[in-house]
Amino acid sequence: MSTMTMAAALNAALRDELAADDSVVLIGEDIGTLGGVFRVTDTLQADFGPQRVIDAPLAESGIIGTSVGMAYRGLRPVCEIQFDGFVYPGFDQLVAQVAKLHYRTRGKVRMPLTVRIPYGGGIGAVEHHSESPEAYFAHTAGLRVVTAASPQEAYQTLRAAIASDDPVIFFEPKGKYWTKGEVDREARADLTTAATVLEGTDATLVAYGPMVATALDAAIAASDEGISLEVIDLRSISPIDRETVAASVRRTGRLIVTHEAAGTASVASEVITGVIEDCFEHLEAAPERVTGYDTPYPPAALEEVFLPNLDRILDAVDRTLGRRDSRSHAPAHVEVSA
Amino acid sequence: MSTTMSPPDPSLVEGLDEPLQVLTADGERRSHELLDPHLTDIDDQTLANLFIDMSVVRRIDEEAVALQRQGELGLWPPLLGQEAAQIGLVRVLRDDDFLFPSYREHALAWCRGVAAEEMLSVWRGTTYTGWDPYERRMATPQIIIGAQTLHAAGYAMAARFAGADEIAVTCFGDGAMSQGDTNEAMVFASAFHAPVLFFCQNNQYAISEPVSVQTPVPIALRPTGFGIPALRVDGNDVLAVRAATRIATEHIRSGKGPMFIEAVTYRMGPHTTSDDPKRYRDQAELDKWSRRCPVTRLEKHLQSTGAPVDSIRAEAKTRSDEVARSLRSAITAMSPPEPQTLFDHVLTTGDATLQRQRRHWEQLEESLLPEAS
Repeated sequence: MSTMTMAAALNAALRDELAADDSVVLIGEDIGTLGGVFRVTDTLQADFGPQRVIDAPLAESGIIGTSVGMAYRGLRPVCEIQFDGFVYPGFDQLVAQVAKLHYRTRGKVRMPLTVRIPYGGGIGAVEHHSESPEAYFAHTAGLRVVTAASPQEAYQTLRAAIASDDPVIFFEPKGKYWTKGEVDREARADLTTAATVLEGTDATLVAYGPMVATALDAAIAASDEGISLEVIDLRSISPIDRETVAASVRRTGRLIVTHEAAGTASVASEVITGVIEDCFEHLEAAPERVTGYDTPYPPAALEEVFLPNLDRILDAVDRTLGRRDSRSHAPAHVEVSA
Repeated sequence: MSTTMSPPDPSLVEGLDEPLQVLTADGERRSHELLDPHLTDIDDQTLANLFIDMSVVRRIDEEAVALQRQGELGLWPPLLGQEAAQIGLVRVLRDDDFLFPSYREHALAWCRGVAAEEMLSVWRGTTYTGWDPYERRMATPQIIIGAQTLHAAGYAMAARFAGADEIAVTCFGDGAMSQGDTNEAMVFASAFHAPVLFFCQNNQYAISEPVSVQTPVPIALRPTGFGIPALRVDGNDVLAVRAATRIATEHIRSGKGPMFIEAVTYRMGPHTTSDDPKRYRDQAELDKWSRRCPVTRLEKHLQSTGAPVDSIRAEAKTRSDEVARSLRSAITAMSPPEPQTLFDHVLTTGDATLQRQRRHWEQLEESLLPEAS
């Protein structure tokens, strides 16, 4: 066990996979000499050489597409997309090729790619540097989509992603790169199971990635008022661990889902639908979504308005527990009487 | 990485004025300084084999069009007119060279040992792949224009990193020259010195759009801007394509990085069986290119060499008839896949959500069965 930042934990995971398996190669923009704009690949090129840690031309489709070709020839490429908002030029290769090749070839060709994407906001960045595009990928059959909330999760989930024979989109909460935590490099994870990070009895609060810390803060604040929240860290965005969520809701009867991405056609929508299908009869109140608004990610000066926060989560907790007149906080489409 | 820049070297490209050619449209063999040294193995038997290859793939193509018209296939993209380009290429590649084709490279699949019915199964809608890409060293037909060029560049990068001497070959058309992926593939191949052959069959049309919509300059000039040498060759001259491919593969295999071949040819048929080329090109143009037919050209050449043309023609016909007959019976007997295979191979391991959906489907199917009396 040692204490390290999430960025250092990711670096350790990449280093350990590069050392453990000669077929692992890293490719991305500025990941070599510079060590990545977030230094996640720091010193790796010096230690493993420019053919294992490849500084790519500035072309995201090229990064993903050549990785498909490398995977065809038995390599396990780990692609870095520099920022969330830069992934779209690579979207075609991801959804039309990476996600479909195993299916297209009836299992003959495997695509063991990992695509690392720093995501999320709250860092005062310029446009295209703070987005949460996970739902686009979760909607695509043939991809696994995962994220991490702590240095330990980051380490073990990235190693599991690289070792997986499925393509994995690995979303890294860039706002948490510099938070520290204990990391056990012997620990292993699967890519499917959610974690109950805090047990509680009154409502289930589902979060992932950068929102897990806020969810835990909300649970502490709620406990001051005598409310016991169970916090679930989803970890896998696709597939969603519906069993863990439903088991919790069967006990608590209430559900709040939070993430930074906008709410429409979102991961929250999917989690809530799963609960309605799996244990509708256990719900004591309508589930709540606490998400980014359905706007483009705003300029930095407005991002605190956009992002879900402690107050918005606690407000949703109050609503689901019927602690206030929920109409005064209801979404705009609900008619509010004068 | 080099930090000095240089303008594209005009000597990087051959054939800009006139596509490189050794067989005239009348089948007459002309000497060619660049190509001849790469055709020293040409004898009557080799010519006969090339003629038989081209005849058989043309016949598979005709049979596929007929099967589509009869409702046995959903769609078919004919290769008619492009036989020389494809056979000239594939017959001089090594068995371990890996091919990343588009959807019209039926001759490549045929020469890699794919049965005609395996090829057509994709177009019948029973599967997305007719063969195992590793067994045939050939990826499944790519439908997204240009996407496979990047796969070839990446494959070649991996081959080079491994110190292997096999090369990757990617086929695409004139339309793909406008795709970002094709241009990015040339960037990556050039930057990493990847052993990849870019093989562009310029068949003059991307569905209805003439090549002038894609580029105002000869296609072969464009790779030179990426530092990739190019040959512009008469794609209806099987010997010229063969020689050009040898020049390119020797260059690539010797570690000099990627090369590009533009095979100037003509799609004599429609884009697919759903297309109506009469809406965008006239009969005079088709007639002009029909006079340059690659199969007729080789046949005329065989005549001129004094080869036993009648018996070669007869053998080609026997082989073609045989392939067509067995193709027809295999295709019409081909049953659809079992319905539950819909759910197979989405991921390499199970996924609870998908398993639940499959279970629901199975229960529904079972509930719809008539009750046993």
